[in-house]
Amino acid sequence: MYAQLVKSEGSKTREEMSPEEIAFQERIDRGERIEPKEWMPEGYRKTLIRQMGQHAHSEIVGQLPEGNWITRAPTLERKAILLAKVQDEAGHGLYLYSAAETLGISRDELLEQLHSGKMKYSSIFNYPTLTWADIGAVGWLVDGAAIMNQVPLQRTSYGPYARAMIRICKEESFHQRQGYDIMMKMASGTPEQKAMAQDALNRFWYPSLMMFGPSDKDSVHSAQSMAWKIKINTNDELRQKFVDQTVPQAEYLGLTIPDPNLKWNEEKGGHDFSEPDWSEFFAVIAGNGPCNEERLGARVKAWDDGAWFRDGLMAHAEKAASRRHAAE
Amino acid sequence: MAEVANIDRTAFAEWLQRVGDNALILGHRVSEWCGHAPALEEDIALANTALDLIGQCQLWLGLAAEVEGKGRTADQLAFLRDAGAFHNLLLVERPNGDFGVTLMRQFLFDAFHIELLRALVKSTDSRVAEIAAKAEKEVAYHLERSADLVIRLGDGSAESRARMDKALKSLWAYTGEMFLDDAIDQAVAETGIAPLPSSLKAAWEATVNAVLAEATLENPGQAWQHKGGKQGIHSEHLGFLLAEMQFLQRAYPGASW
Repeated sequence: MYAQLVKSEGSKTREEMSPEEIAFQERIDRGERIEPKEWMPEGYRKTLIRQMGQHAHSEIVGQLPEGNWITRAPTLERKAILLAKVQDEAGHGLYLYSAAETLGISRDELLEQLHSGKMKYSSIFNYPTLTWADIGAVGWLVDGAAIMNQVPLQRTSYGPYARAMIRICKEESFHQRQGYDIMMKMASGTPEQKAMAQDALNRFWYPSLMMFGPSDKDSVHSAQSMAWKIKINTNDELRQKFVDQTVPQAEYLGLTIPDPNLKWNEEKGGHDFSEPDWSEFFAVIAGNGPCNEERLGARVKAWDDGAWFRDGLMAHAEKAASRRHAAE
Repeated sequence: MAEVANIDRTAFAEWLQRVGDNALILGHRVSEWCGHAPALEEDIALANTALDLIGQCQLWLGLAAEVEGKGRTADQLAFLRDAGAFHNLLLVERPNGDFGVTLMRQFLFDAFHIELLRALVKSTDSRVAEIAAKAEKEVAYHLERSADLVIRLGDGSAESRARMDKALKSLWAYTGEMFLDDAIDQAVAETGIAPLPSSLKAAWEATVNAVLAEATLENPGQAWQHKGGKQGIHSEHLGFLLAEMQFLQRAYPGASW
C-alpha cells in the first residue's frame, strides 16, 4: 500500500449533506464511476489528490532503494529484470500523476509539495536495501503488500484512478513474482545467501506490515474514505490478508518470520501476529527513518540539477513556436 | 550460412566482446541515472535505453562465449573479466557528468552504433545478422531520441547551449577511436562478418554534422583523439565501474543468483 494516513476531509451525516452531496453519495453507493468533469464534493477531490499524489510519489521515490542495486545486480538477466521493474514503477508514477491532474492539480505542484515535505510517500521506502536479498524482499513483501491494497482499488469510485490501478496491478504481480524468485534462489543457495535472505525478511517484515497504516481503531480517516469508495478495505483487513498469504510463502522458502507470536488461529481462520512498533512508524513518517534524508534529498537534487534541462527544452519550444509564427 | 569457417575464433570472439562490452558498459552507465533524472519521462527513457543495451549485451556476449568455445557464459564474461580484458570504447566508460554529458555521449555513440548495426544486418554470419537486426530497431529509437534532445538543448536556453557545447568538447576526443581499424577488425572484415570501422566514419559524420548544425553547436573538428579501449587499455574510470558491477560475483564466487 502506497498511501498511508491519508487525511480525509470531514465526514458528514446525511442531514448535514447538501442535495448535491446526497446525489453524489447515492451514485457511489450504486457503484457508479465518477469521471473528471463531473461534480464532486471538494472534500472528495482533495482527499483523492492526497491519496493519488502520495501513491505517485511512492512510485518515484520507490525507484531509489531498488535503483541502489541495479548497478550491482549479480547477473545480466537479474540486471535486465530489475531495470524493467524500476522502469515500470516510473511509468506507474506517470499514470498516477496524469490521473491526479484530472482533479485540477499539476504534476509540478504535486512535486513541489513532495519536495517541501508537505506531501508524503510510503514509509517503506525510507528503509535501506543493504544486500541483494533485500531486492528480493522488496519485490516479495513490499510489492506483495502493495498489490493487496491495489487490487481492490481497481473498483475505486474515481474512474481515472481505477483504470490506472487495473494497469498497475498487472505489472505489480510480475514484480512480486520476480522478488519471490530472487528469494527462492537465495534461500536455496549457499549458507551466506540463505543468511542474507533471512536477514532481509527480518528487516522488512515489520516495515511491510506498517505499509497498511495504523490499526482501524486508531485510523481516523478511514470512514469517510470508505463511504466514498476511495478506500475499499480497512487497514486491519488488508494486513491480516497479507500475513495469511505470506506465512506459507515464507515456509516454502524455509525462512522464519521474525515474530514469536505468529500462530494459526483456527477460530478466526487466520493468523495471530504481533503488531509492528507503531512508534517507529510515526518516527519514519515524521522524517526520522534510516533513509528519509537520502531519499527526499535525492529527489530534490534530481529536480534542482535538472532545472537547466527543463528550462532548455522550454526555451527551445518557445523559439520553435516563434519561428513557426514568423514563417506563417 | 550459419557460421563462417575461415576465421580465427580468437579474433572473432574478441570482436564480439568489443560489440558486447560497448553495450554492457554504456548500459551500466545509463542505469546509474535510475531515479535521478531531471524529469520522470527521462527516468523512463533512460531505463528503457539501459534495458535495450543490457539485452543486446546478453546476445553479443553469449555469442562471444559460444565462438570462444571455452565453456564460459555471457555472465562470466561480464562479471569475471578484469578491466584489461574488456574491449569497449573509451567513450562509453566516460562518467555520466551532468545530464548534458550523458545525452551527448549517447548521441555520439548512437550515431556510430546505428551505422555499425545497419552494416551487421548484412553480415556473412547469420547469428551476427540476427542480433544486429533486433538491435538495429532499438538503436534507431535511441538515436532519434538522443539527436532530438541534443538539438533541443543546443538550440535551447543560453545555459543548456553552454552545457551541451561543453559536453561536446569534452567527449569529442573519444570519438576517433570508433573508426580506427586494427588487426582484429581486418580479420572480421575479410570474412564479411563486419565492416571495417573506418568505413562507417562518413555516415557518422553526416549524421553528427546535421544534428550539430541544427543544435547550433560547433563541430570541434580536428582534435587530439584518445584510443586504447578496444585493445584493453582503459581509463581509470572502468576499474571502479567494474568493482561495483562485479561485486557480488567476486565476493561470493560460485554462488547461483
